[in-house]
Amino acid sequence: MDAFTLSRLQFAANITFHILFPSITIALGWMLVGLRVWRLRGGGEESMVLYRFLVKVFALCFGLGVTSGIVMSFQFGTNWPGFMNTVGNVAGPLLAYEVLTAFFLEATFLGVMLFGEKKVPGWMHLGATLLVAIGTLLSAFWILALSSWMHTPAGFEMRNGVAHVTDWVAVIFSPSMPYRLTHTLLGSGLTAAFLTAGLLAYRYRLGERSKAVLSGLKICLVTIAVLAPLQAMAGDMHGVNTREHQPAKLAAMEALWETTDGAPLLLYAQPDRKARENTVEIGIPKLTSLIATRDPNGRIEGLNAFGEDIPPVAPVFWAFRIMVGTGMLMLAVGAWGAWIVWRKREFPPLLIRVLGAMTFAGWIATIAGWYVTEIGRQPWLVTGVLRTRDAVAAVPPAHVGITLVGYLVTYAFLLVAFALTLRHLSRLEVKKAQGTV
Amino acid sequence: MNAFSDPSWMPWAFALLLGLAMLLYAVLDGYDLGVGMLSPLVGKSQRDRMVASVGPFWDANETWLVLGIGILLVAFPKAHGEILHHLYLPVALLLLALIFRGVSFEFRKKAPESQQHLWDHAFFGGSLLASLSQGWMVGRFISGFAPGAGAQLFAGLFAGLVVSAYLLMGASWLVFKTEGDLQAKALMWTRRAIVAMLGFAFASSVAILATDAGLRARFLSFPGIGLALLLPLTGGAITLLVHLVCRALPLPDDRLSWLPFASAVAIQVLGFAGLVFSFYPYIIPGRMTVAEAASSPESLAIILVGTAIIFPILIGYTAFSYWVFRGKATELSYGGEE
Repeated sequence: MDAFTLSRLQFAANITFHILFPSITIALGWMLVGLRVWRLRGGGEESMVLYRFLVKVFALCFGLGVTSGIVMSFQFGTNWPGFMNTVGNVAGPLLAYEVLTAFFLEATFLGVMLFGEKKVPGWMHLGATLLVAIGTLLSAFWILALSSWMHTPAGFEMRNGVAHVTDWVAVIFSPSMPYRLTHTLLGSGLTAAFLTAGLLAYRYRLGERSKAVLSGLKICLVTIAVLAPLQAMAGDMHGVNTREHQPAKLAAMEALWETTDGAPLLLYAQPDRKARENTVEIGIPKLTSLIATRDPNGRIEGLNAFGEDIPPVAPVFWAFRIMVGTGMLMLAVGAWGAWIVWRKREFPPLLIRVLGAMTFAGWIATIAGWYVTEIGRQPWLVTGVLRTRDAVAAVPPAHVGITLVGYLVTYAFLLVAFALTLRHLSRLEVKKAQGTV
Repeated sequence: MNAFSDPSWMPWAFALLLGLAMLLYAVLDGYDLGVGMLSPLVGKSQRDRMVASVGPFWDANETWLVLGIGILLVAFPKAHGEILHHLYLPVALLLLALIFRGVSFEFRKKAPESQQHLWDHAFFGGSLLASLSQGWMVGRFISGFAPGAGAQLFAGLFAGLVVSAYLLMGASWLVFKTEGDLQAKALMWTRRAIVAMLGFAFASSVAILATDAGLRARFLSFPGIGLALLLPLTGGAITLLVHLVCRALPLPDDRLSWLPFASAVAIQVLGFAGLVFSFYPYIIPGRMTVAEAASSPESLAIILVGTAIIFPILIGYTAFSYWVFRGKATELSYGGEE
């Protein structure tokens, strides 16, 4: 393999591993704020029992997120120097603001949040928790502003092959930014809610019926029931935005080769890039046009309208279906759970099992979603401005190969350790609740 | 707005910021990496206390590296690409080391008990590997990535220098933040580390002056000669002072327990000043000057404005965090737990 392919694989490995953890902490931080407020406003001891359990999960995810994030910050220079050389005037300030406004804030107050509960008054501890949550949110804001700009660049002009900013507001709030930000934040909410619900369901199955588990499960189920439909709406709007600004990506998501009035929604397809057609396809007539243009006979541009500048079709097509499928499952679980909570029923064993099985469902949807949007942008690194191929560093392929293997082994090891530790922490809580520790 | 009509000063403002971030990183992460390298020298309960002395701070300390590399990336993209290109493998080693070390803060207490000692090893190994690779990289950087055995030897010596400097920072931090038996051990470590550091500083200075004619000329003529005399003299004086103080400590009421750490910081600042002098005005020694590497002034201006506003706030809440965890380190526990 050449350095280009290896560098892409390495970037994909790094960002895939990294995003797992912010996708939890962004929302989990706010859940902790909620629990802290609940306690200060007279909530029972279970609010703090739950807080202290989740704060450990948070700390674990935060540590993994920060250290894998440092890798990301070095990647630009080691593997993709063309990125900064071309669009550094845009990306630089956005990244700098992320470090200055978000990274230091969250890293500093994390110490107070984790270890300061006895050292500072309750309101100050709440303040620290709040600042950590704000920090993670700000971090998401800046990095998604940059990511969105790479998809739908605006507010700049090219001079001698280098991007120069003409309007910062347009850069930060580029056309896809509000949709991407909303979609990602809601996704984080669902990821954190399913993770928490899954861990609590595990404890429930081990026989723990403490107040913390029961009220925690209720909070998660209601959160899922509220966020899942909102996420479906946000995703839908993001899709319409994609049709407008990145039609080639939408065409790849639907494996649509020819420009069509009244395009079907394909449930199954085998795209053939060479022949530029699908060898097999099964679909629902007119549904894609209806969804993306709000008109069953609306026109959707096909991949063939974009010549050779199209993304790999099959990965985008399937990643999109995995994301939407997981989302549908989340909707169903949310509705079921809300009904149980509303009727004050005991949790059915099947629901507990489903929640356990869906502990990491948020990760699946998040990663699938990122693959749709990032692979869907190819062959561009910055749409219409810079091709991915033109940004790569001339590093010997063997070097990239070595580091890629190093990262992959490390990440696999850490994922196993993370899962084992979550299980261990949950079991410890069960023992504590049963008074055997 | 006159300042912005001739923006040639701007790269220098960023060079200053870059230097500040890197110095702060070396001092702050230096002490927690040093604590990590010292951690296998004691038993389990003292190790917990050592980790507790850096637990609330290490995360923010490491962020200075992200800021430093960020400034290099943003303000000097050409230098950033060039430097990281030459250091591709050591950078990856550093990153992997920082990952293992960083996550072991969390895992070493939360993982199933049978696995906890593994994370203690990761904490030590990661700290050592991170320090070694940082020293190696700075050594390669100082010689302008020159080929040849001499330059490699120099990088090796510099790696030893950074490791011993971080050990000194870590040991003196423990003198400041712990008490009793652990403090007594830390005093001994401080005295040993400072001697080791002095040795590596001497050896690496001789090595670089012997191999690099340009540096030799710079340091053996005016005004370099002044610095060439001042640095070892002040360094030696501080070393002597630390030695005497460490022999006298602990004093009643724990007086002067901050002095070894403050001296270690002073030594770091001195060494850093020597480095800066030796390659001004280059951002990559002998290859690329600060002015040549800088990016467009409009983008730098918007970062500078933000930095000017945010920096004081950042320093403020950093101070707040050190105030909350002032005094001797106590057992780290999550909130109201036992």
